[in-house]
Amino acid sequence: MNNMIYLRNVVTLKLNGEKCTGCGMCLEVCPHEVFKMNGKRIAVRNRDACMECGACSRNCPFEALSVQAGVGCAAAVINTMLGRKDAAASCCLNKAEASPCSNKEVTRNSAFWRPKT
Amino acid sequence: MNNNDNPPRHGDEMKILPPSIDSACCLPAQNEAQVSPPSLSQSFVIGSVSTPAGRLPQVSSQLRRHDYWGAVKARWGVGRMDYAIDPGLYALGNPDSNSPVLATANYKMSFDELRKSLPGKNLWILALDTKGINVWCAAGKGTFGTDELVSRIESSGLEKIVSHRSLILPQLAGPGVAAHMVKKLSGFGIRYGPIKAADIPAYMDAGFKATPEMRLKTFTLRERATLIPVELVEAFKPSLIILPLLFLIGGIGGPSGFWANALNHGSFAVLAFLAAVLGGAVIHPLLLPYLPGRAFSTKGLLIGMIIAFFLIYMRGYDFLIWPERIEALAWLLIVPAFTAYLAMNFTGCSTYTSLSGVNKEMRWALPLEVGTGVCGLVIWIASRLMA
Repeated sequence: MNNMIYLRNVVTLKLNGEKCTGCGMCLEVCPHEVFKMNGKRIAVRNRDACMECGACSRNCPFEALSVQAGVGCAAAVINTMLGRKDAAASCCLNKAEASPCSNKEVTRNSAFWRPKT
Repeated sequence: MNNNDNPPRHGDEMKILPPSIDSACCLPAQNEAQVSPPSLSQSFVIGSVSTPAGRLPQVSSQLRRHDYWGAVKARWGVGRMDYAIDPGLYALGNPDSNSPVLATANYKMSFDELRKSLPGKNLWILALDTKGINVWCAAGKGTFGTDELVSRIESSGLEKIVSHRSLILPQLAGPGVAAHMVKKLSGFGIRYGPIKAADIPAYMDAGFKATPEMRLKTFTLRERATLIPVELVEAFKPSLIILPLLFLIGGIGGPSGFWANALNHGSFAVLAFLAAVLGGAVIHPLLLPYLPGRAFSTKGLLIGMIIAFFLIYMRGYDFLIWPERIEALAWLLIVPAFTAYLAMNFTGCSTYTSLSGVNKEMRWALPLEVGTGVCGLVIWIASRLMA
């Protein structure tokens, strides 16, 4: 899986170690082994492996994790740019469990054509 | 709970059945006030079971030809927009009040994948209304989310059917479901099961413990290959307009007649375009981890360059003549641009790209792909006019 790493130093994942209680929920839901247990708290093991799916932050009962969750799907970003609302959803359906594509998230978070201020 | 292997019955027949004696609750009227249970007349339902929350459809872990055919069609993009089952509670085998409850999406391929992986098991399957979209996508969208899960637990009457208060979710539901909130709102504790349905028996046998491998989302050759059909279908949709256009543009200019030119140069243009589609929709997914670069566009650009050089070599251009030099250059621009574009769009199919990364890639890749493609097209048309 070494080659299954996308661009470096781009992800928005943030860990607030102060709030972490070491419950381990993030270890359970993360599909890319981003975290490891470091004593009684969580530590980020492989930041660049994060795909910003948002499972860790949603399932952290103590709000120790934050990430700008979204779906890394160029087709959805383009479809949203072109104002095709339903088209973006279609790139999602075909893929059984393989694809995390979603239009709504992209609309909300995409900064591609609307640079962050 | 009784098992009933008879064919599906309709509402009228249900009312003449003797009322269940052991049940302390639930008059039929109460059930009707709720969301109705999944229909018993769905093609994959093999019977029904009586529960305190009414008659529920029974399914088997054995998929039938019809189920496999449906999956094949969905993989090719046929009818996949409404490949859905009724949301609600299903019985796999003959579950009782102590049996585990597994949640999934109401995309039929997800549902089938789940039951197929559980031969010989007796348990409950709670299909959420994800509008026929798979677990991971729906979780990202929020339709496989805390709200839907909590309301589906309630409307299905799950708490009357099982004595425990525990629910197994696919790990990939994580982006949509906040386990601690579900516990707070419904009383049901969430266990995240493995990513792959096939690992569920091992997970259950190990006392509901997943190994680190079960928690890791892979993107194997096999997984990438299953995405090829729908990639091809999607790439061919614009081709229906582009291919005839290329053929006709090939006809302009040159010493021979229009149709002779079209057959010669237009046909080659069609071939070049199809080769670019092959590179982006087939070769790129297959070779993904072995291609250099991190951005998908980089990987696609490389494949496109190789294809373009191959095409130019096969065509045997005469590099002493300017129009042919320029035409070769045009293909060297058009083919990689289109292959890179298709490769970039594969980010959404991959299992590991982040939105921040995709945005960063698109900032340079999209202008490059569009710019190079348009330049190539203009140069090609110019070369035809010069000839």
